[in-house]
Amino acid sequence: MVLPGLAASPAQADFALNMRQGVTPISREIYDLHMIILWICVAIGALVFGAMFYSIVRHRRSKGAVAAKFHESTLVEVIWTLVPSLILVAMAIPATRTLIAMEDTSDPDLTIQVTGYQWKWHYRYLDDEVSFFSLLATPSDQIKNRSPKGENYLLEVDEPLVLPIRKKIRFLLGSNDVIHAWWVPDLGWKRDAIPGFINESWTWIEEPGTYRGQCAELCGRDHGFMPIVVEAKTEEEYRQWVESRKVAQRSEQALAEQEWGLEQLVERGEDVYNKICAACHQPGGVGIPNVFPALKGSPVATGPVDAHIEIVMKGKQGTAMQAFADQLSDLDIAAVISYERNAFGNDSGDMVQPAQIKSAR
Amino acid sequence: MKQSARQQSNRTLALKLAGITLAMFGFGFALVPLYEVFCDITGLNGKGVKQITAMDPTTVDGSRWVTVEFLSGSNLAGGWEFRPSQSRLRVQPGRLYTVSYQARNPTDQAMTVRAVSSIAPGTAAGYVSKLECFCFRQQRFAPAEQRMMPVRFMVDRALPPEVGTISIAYTLFNSLNREAAPGS
Amino acid sequence: MTESVHAHADEKPPGLWRWVVTTNHKDIGTLYLLFALLMFFIGGSMSMVIRTELFQPGLQFTDPLFFNQMTTMHALVMIFGAVMPAFVGLANWQIPLMIGAPDMAFPRMNNWSFWILPFAFSMLLSTLFMPGGAPAGGWTMYPPLVLMTGDAFPYLIFSIHLMGLSSLMGAINIIVTILNMRTPDMNLMKMPLFVWTWLVTAFLLIAAMPVLAGVVTMLLTDRFFGSSFFNAAGGGDPVMFQHIFWFFGHPEVYIMILPAFGVVSTIIPTFARKPLFGYASMVYATASIAFLSFIVWAHHMFTVGMPLAAELFFMYSTMLIAVPTGVKIFNWVSTMWRGSMTFETPMLWAISFVVLFTIGGFSGLMLAITPADFQYQDTYFVVAHFHYVLVTGSVFGIFGAVYYWLPKWTGNMYNERLGKIHFWCSIVFSNLLYFPQHFLGLAGMPRRVPDYAIQFTDWNQVSSIGGIGFGLTQLIFVYIVFQTIRSGSKAPARVWDGAIGLEWSVPSPAPYHTFQEPPKLAEGELQHEGT
Repeated sequence: MVLPGLAASPAQADFALNMRQGVTPISREIYDLHMIILWICVAIGALVFGAMFYSIVRHRRSKGAVAAKFHESTLVEVIWTLVPSLILVAMAIPATRTLIAMEDTSDPDLTIQVTGYQWKWHYRYLDDEVSFFSLLATPSDQIKNRSPKGENYLLEVDEPLVLPIRKKIRFLLGSNDVIHAWWVPDLGWKRDAIPGFINESWTWIEEPGTYRGQCAELCGRDHGFMPIVVEAKTEEEYRQWVESRKVAQRSEQALAEQEWGLEQLVERGEDVYNKICAACHQPGGVGIPNVFPALKGSPVATGPVDAHIEIVMKGKQGTAMQAFADQLSDLDIAAVISYERNAFGNDSGDMVQPAQIKSAR
Repeated sequence: MKQSARQQSNRTLALKLAGITLAMFGFGFALVPLYEVFCDITGLNGKGVKQITAMDPTTVDGSRWVTVEFLSGSNLAGGWEFRPSQSRLRVQPGRLYTVSYQARNPTDQAMTVRAVSSIAPGTAAGYVSKLECFCFRQQRFAPAEQRMMPVRFMVDRALPPEVGTISIAYTLFNSLNREAAPGS
Repeated sequence: MTESVHAHADEKPPGLWRWVVTTNHKDIGTLYLLFALLMFFIGGSMSMVIRTELFQPGLQFTDPLFFNQMTTMHALVMIFGAVMPAFVGLANWQIPLMIGAPDMAFPRMNNWSFWILPFAFSMLLSTLFMPGGAPAGGWTMYPPLVLMTGDAFPYLIFSIHLMGLSSLMGAINIIVTILNMRTPDMNLMKMPLFVWTWLVTAFLLIAAMPVLAGVVTMLLTDRFFGSSFFNAAGGGDPVMFQHIFWFFGHPEVYIMILPAFGVVSTIIPTFARKPLFGYASMVYATASIAFLSFIVWAHHMFTVGMPLAAELFFMYSTMLIAVPTGVKIFNWVSTMWRGSMTFETPMLWAISFVVLFTIGGFSGLMLAITPADFQYQDTYFVVAHFHYVLVTGSVFGIFGAVYYWLPKWTGNMYNERLGKIHFWCSIVFSNLLYFPQHFLGLAGMPRRVPDYAIQFTDWNQVSSIGGIGFGLTQLIFVYIVFQTIRSGSKAPARVWDGAIGLEWSVPSPAPYHTFQEPPKLAEGELQHEGT
């Protein structure tokens, strides 16, 4: 059962056993440090365990071994204190060099503000007016084992972080709630995102590609479900992406000014619900008793529309319900509320327009 | 006789050890101010910004330019808007600059908030002086109030030469003023 | 005269009430060991939940929140409920016997320090049934996440206070017993190494546990009384919690391993029939490990972002620990060298300890390299590392100690064949369980996740199979202990022919009261001075 699984993925065999070399000069240095220290350990282990197993085989009573009487030797004790110390010094030198390089965040070409949320990432490109949330894109049917899992199960997002290659990119990390950690193994490091403080780190990606990672600091229920995807592009493609992103942000605004029909709203709202709300309120709006309230037949989803808008936009203090006003567009909020009021058997026929959300802001 | 002498010495030793225990309990709390001092010295977590009350205009370093980035974040419920009026500023060490942050209370309740400042890199934190900042005290917002809040700051001439960019981040938190908090 | 002394020596209060009021170090040692065994199974069943969920990608059995409760409670129960009480149990049984003392220095306090534990753990385990569930923020209790715990929060804090109180009372008792109650012939440098390692451990306890008590108290006041030690809004700093926590946490790691060093240093000379190599350097190495444990804490949190100088300091100091630890391993191997070895079950555990603890030590050295730690931190590589040192290290040390001294405690021999089956199954399954976790971590699987990307499936399946096997294997151990008590063959006073030390000079089972008069140290009764 296990072995066929291994054989089926030869391309990943190396990946599955060892640290990734990654795609930045620093990640390669780290990989080298890892391999050096690993081989030092293997060599010491071979010597020590070799001596021990030789002794176990030769110096056993069943082979007639008679115990020697010695119980100390200053010379060997000095040797096996000094030799390991020298090995450690030899190891510390390259490690120090790499560490100094890693901490040098000066002269960046580009700065990105990364903010951790329960349970998603927000990216802001300080050099361009571009910012967005990045959420898990794996459908919950795959997580609940109701449909086959895709190739990038749990490591796929709706909006990847797009970065240019061969540029020094500086990251400023912060958090909106609890401590998270931003980690992409191919970049060679992880760094904590701490509420109220900013941390910095940097990278310089050598080649275009898609690099995947995850939150690495326990941050609550869906800690395992907030992946990171970095798409590294050439400078030119990156610029194009930034421009198209700006256009998209403007057209999003234009969409919000239209009048929408109920069916369109509900359709869009279903997507938003599954991406954002279903993690807690569950698919089907059934919630989790005593932890996350159900929306199916709930007083909020079936009561006055204004109260519903209020709670979605501003959250509920002291609970896991966040304020989505600054996380979702007018259109998405309008759509998801419309969906919630018409799905799960709540069929109220109510409809909320983006303009209503705009005026509620 | 011998038995009681031993009991006596056991008790003395146990009391001393209990004393160490209590001292270590206290030491746990003493680590709090020690940590503050450590942060001030090293700039760990971007603390250690100096608050000044006046400044000397003759100290401007006209030959050097440093980029200062302004960032914002909010840990408040209710969808607060909080933005710097500009995200970057080129400054000369020793000169005084003013930037402002715009904040809007979207709720229909009066709220008292506090902005917490953090500076990266941490080594630069000790070289940023603020003459005036909304982060010095808590800020009260009327329902739906929107206002601009200024920061007047300067970068010290002694800023280490390798620092070319300083990031100043403010994060809004609920003020811990407990009078309005439930359950207390 | 001897008749009447022995008759008196075996006089015990009748019935179950005896166990509640007992002040006898042997009774209390037994209580601690049984309690630890119970907790080992409770914590173990939680790990079975974890490994079952992780057998396949996708969520099969648990809600992610419940999964987080399991990882959190598993750690708290295993650390504070299983490993630490097991070592205190060994200390209670063995230290008075090894130093020729009639009992612990404060028998009444000894009783209290045990009986606090059932209350502490009832409180902790009851949180599983509370609204909002048990603590789910990890055993490290990092704020702000831990402050979001539901009704369970104050129970978590108070149970930790109680566990701390229990260990502190135990530690004070042990120090006073060792320093004041030795038979007059035994000076400090003649003490068995198990006693030495426990003396150092007890000092670590009284230096570290109060700091934990302090820091969780700060959490409590932050949550309920409006302080803001760790709240950025009030001028606090959540990272400060991590600094203070690990100031306790790293010594805690050695609290859980030093007594195992002592056990191994006792078992290996017995079965190699050769004095312990480098007794004095063992003592100094133990002391220097203990000292270093107070200046390496931040290596648990390299990724929080520290000034370069601090990162370098903690990297160097952590690497330095490899030196005294290496000395110990070299000494054990030298003790075996040119001995006359036999391989009864305790010796097998001791040898496996040397090998597997060293593997855990190697990964520890790798984790010390800060740049590489930026990759390893918070992955399954770390999980593999600390399970190698804590399970195949500490727990295997405890198993070795139990097999070694069980005949002395019960008067009966355990079944050697079953003991070896228990050992070999444990070895195979524990390595199947933990070794693949190195690969998972290096390949990029974070810890504390209920679900994972599909490329991690294979090794997780191997690990889960090992986990279930390792869990079931421990049922053999329960049966062995039960069978030894019920029907084992009679054990002689000196159970092992190479065994040296005062505990072997009393009959098996050890009478209820021993060494009412300080014993004379017979020629050759010191393990490390040679025969």
